[in-house]
Amino acid sequence: MSDYISPDRPASDPLEPGSMEPGSGRRRADGKGSVVLEVRDLSVDFGVEKKWVPAAVGLNYEVRAGEVLAIVGESGSGKSASSMALLGLLPSNSRVSGSVRLSGKELLGEDAANIRSVRGKDVAVIFQEPMTALNPVYTVGAQIVETVRLHNEVSPDQAKERALRMLELVELPDPVKAFKSYPHQLSGGQRQRAMIAQSLSCDPKLLIADEPTTALDVTVQAEILDLMRNLRNKLDSAIVLITHDMGVVADLADRIAVMRKGLIVETGTAEQIFHNPQHPYTQALLAAVPHLGQGGTDAAPDVDVTAALAAATHAELDSVDHEELVRRERENAAALAAAVSRGPVGEPVLELTDVAIEYPKQGRVPAFRAVEGANLTIHPGQVVGLVGESGSGKTTIGRAAVGLLPVAAGTMRVVGEDISAAKKNGKQLHQVRRHIGMVFQDPSSSLNPRLPIGESIGEPMYLAGVAKGADLQKRIEALLDQVELPRNYRNRYPHELSGGQKQRVGIARALSLKPKLMVADEPTSALDVSVQAKVLELFQNLQRELGFACLFVTHDLAVVDVLADRICVMQRGRIVEQGTRDQILRNPQEAYTQRLLAAVPLPDPEKQRERRELRAQLLATGTE
Amino acid sequence: MIQYVLRRLLQVIPVFVGTTLLVYYMVFALPGDPIAALFGDRQPNPAVIAALRQQYHLDEPFWVQYGLFLKNLFTFNLGNDFTGQPIAATLGRVFPVTAMLAIEALVIQGVFGVAAGLFAGLRKGKLFDSTVLIASLVVIAIPTFVLGFVLQLVVGVQLGWAKPTVGSDASWGTLLLPAFVLGLVSFAYVLRLTRASVIENMNADYVRTATAKGLSRPRVVLAHILRNSMIPVATYLGANLGALMGGAIVTEGIFNVPGVGQKLYQAILRSEGPTIVAIVSVFVLIFVVANLLVDLLYAWLDPRIRYDK
Repeated sequence: MSDYISPDRPASDPLEPGSMEPGSGRRRADGKGSVVLEVRDLSVDFGVEKKWVPAAVGLNYEVRAGEVLAIVGESGSGKSASSMALLGLLPSNSRVSGSVRLSGKELLGEDAANIRSVRGKDVAVIFQEPMTALNPVYTVGAQIVETVRLHNEVSPDQAKERALRMLELVELPDPVKAFKSYPHQLSGGQRQRAMIAQSLSCDPKLLIADEPTTALDVTVQAEILDLMRNLRNKLDSAIVLITHDMGVVADLADRIAVMRKGLIVETGTAEQIFHNPQHPYTQALLAAVPHLGQGGTDAAPDVDVTAALAAATHAELDSVDHEELVRRERENAAALAAAVSRGPVGEPVLELTDVAIEYPKQGRVPAFRAVEGANLTIHPGQVVGLVGESGSGKTTIGRAAVGLLPVAAGTMRVVGEDISAAKKNGKQLHQVRRHIGMVFQDPSSSLNPRLPIGESIGEPMYLAGVAKGADLQKRIEALLDQVELPRNYRNRYPHELSGGQKQRVGIARALSLKPKLMVADEPTSALDVSVQAKVLELFQNLQRELGFACLFVTHDLAVVDVLADRICVMQRGRIVEQGTRDQILRNPQEAYTQRLLAAVPLPDPEKQRERRELRAQLLATGTE
Repeated sequence: MIQYVLRRLLQVIPVFVGTTLLVYYMVFALPGDPIAALFGDRQPNPAVIAALRQQYHLDEPFWVQYGLFLKNLFTFNLGNDFTGQPIAATLGRVFPVTAMLAIEALVIQGVFGVAAGLFAGLRKGKLFDSTVLIASLVVIAIPTFVLGFVLQLVVGVQLGWAKPTVGSDASWGTLLLPAFVLGLVSFAYVLRLTRASVIENMNADYVRTATAKGLSRPRVVLAHILRNSMIPVATYLGANLGALMGGAIVTEGIFNVPGVGQKLYQAILRSEGPTIVAIVSVFVLIFVVANLLVDLLYAWLDPRIRYDK
């Protein structure tokens, strides 16, 4: 096997467990690795309608062996485009200038054949969507073998052996099975592991990871981040991590470059950026990131989730002084005891008793029971956060509450009406729906692209016969005011609005019938953090002002922390734990809730180190 | 997998019975007397007519006639047509000719359609792409019989590059021109379908992954773009086989090809029930088997829809 390890690699096989201590290899005696990537004055432009539109301007950075450089920014900041430009992976309507040197060798302007020999061998890329980044028609093994054989003179058997070892290295439970699997037969996390195995199969000097965990659940994200950290230590590659998620950055990055509108506004070590950000944009970005435990108000102070988890699991942390930890745990317990929870007021707006929800059978596909035995009550004015990972059934409950899915067992009462019986009675359901507003996840596809937004907002009122003519127009204007959009936007079409503005329209539409219950299904997960922060603030203000009850469905615990009075945690179709924000965050009882809380990365390197240690302990005890 | 194939083959039985029954009934319900038509303007002896009727069971009710047909079919005895020739022998003579024609047409539309579509897709918006798009639209717009006669006149008669009519010596060479005419419209559709599919897949994430792995452009195009783009095209080609056989009636008429289409046309004119149903039955079988093959090909092309679960 050693014949395809490049000469500048150590003689021992880095893939052999324990053969290599962290930080050996290319790293020099002073602890710093040699510079692997040096980017100077890199600019990228895209040709749009015969004009050059800059995507990145004059970027300068370098990455050393064994170092993770995180390039952070929101959508449109040019972080992805500039990184794809390193390998010439941009579409043909682009123009790249400047200098990109890999171990001193210039890459820009290199001819196609030379660039190809660098791609996949010296520089490998991991993409965001493991679902679509692997070719669906070839097995995972075949795709890794293709890469290995492309860059190394080896026989098919040797390549297969190598591929299997890579799959083992990325900790896939059954490498042989994964080798023979097609991408769709693996879960999202397994697919991303396979993708990483493929990327590392030729010992790259540099790994570009473009939002490697964005499409994954938090617990899976935490696993992939652990894996990448281990691999970085083992293989001593340089990593460029492109992400919008400050938690991920805090977990993995050594140094950070913050990008905005094509420019790097600030660079520094992780400690510098997180604790002493200089540029106003960096400060604003960090302030906008929801921080699990810090969503509280004056009445509900911040929660030290790490201490809460440590107390709940009786964990001892090496990174925190024992006395200190005990003090923090005590503080937490005191806060829990002091927490005043508002008692339920009035008739429940939504009441689920032993509810089971099924997706009806379609042809040969049998009916699928997505939710089982769910009990949940929302009182007027309450915001209940329903959290869980993909496939947990959280969206299913949201849909059933609006009558979009039939209730298979149990009773579901919405504003006093039993809608589990209403499936036979369309009229009753119609009546009930007047009291429910719904906000959807993707603001772009939930607004009719051919209707001006004023009409989208007014449609529910018109259909319900609440208002028409001049009265309707007046109410549309009032709603636009409420969601803080200019009134003259009413004649605009959805494509003329930004994502955040579209979601404001979605909220206005949901509010138009003055609902008693609002069902919000991941309303902010498609938005950038700074936009998300503004939309959440608006939502919070509206909720306080109008006093509607809300079922807030999300995968993001930090968002729930900001908004919710009560939190329900779902796993595999069941509600595993529910309680007030303080009960769940300060004293999580169920193992799953603890694991979920521990997996949320904190946008703070030190706190994240504590959290990581805690999570490792949790997982270790959990498997016993 | 075997289970799936068996299930699909079992489905052939109701399809087969249904189609033959339908066709048989339509022939039965045709106006005019096929026996009287045999004699043209002459007045035959009523006894002769009665004897012929009895010989071909034309005096029996519909269900008896259909039952006899099925019985004959399963004993591999297709009987004689109204001119006294065994139908099986006729089919044995005409089917190979049409098969040659259809295979040539299928190759023309499959190979050239996919190749042209691939090139057009990869060069989206360029001169080749625009030219091919307009040309394919023109081809689709012109009816086959116009195209057939024009090509027969220009290529066959004026330029003399090919024989204008095939006649009795049907061979791969002489059938090339009719096959070209037969396959041309589908060629245009295959081209457009491939082009659209290639354009869609060209920007797929896995293609970017393949490029990022360091694969050469030809390898990316053939192994990653083309292979994935073939999925809708394969479906179309399978469904198109029926159109090819139906289209053979017109094309074989124009070029005087002694194939199934011509035979079927004559049989329809003469209300020859047994011949029509025999030919249509073979069509049905070919169509069903071809679609099964396409579905298997489909599963091979796209593992996400494997049937052996």
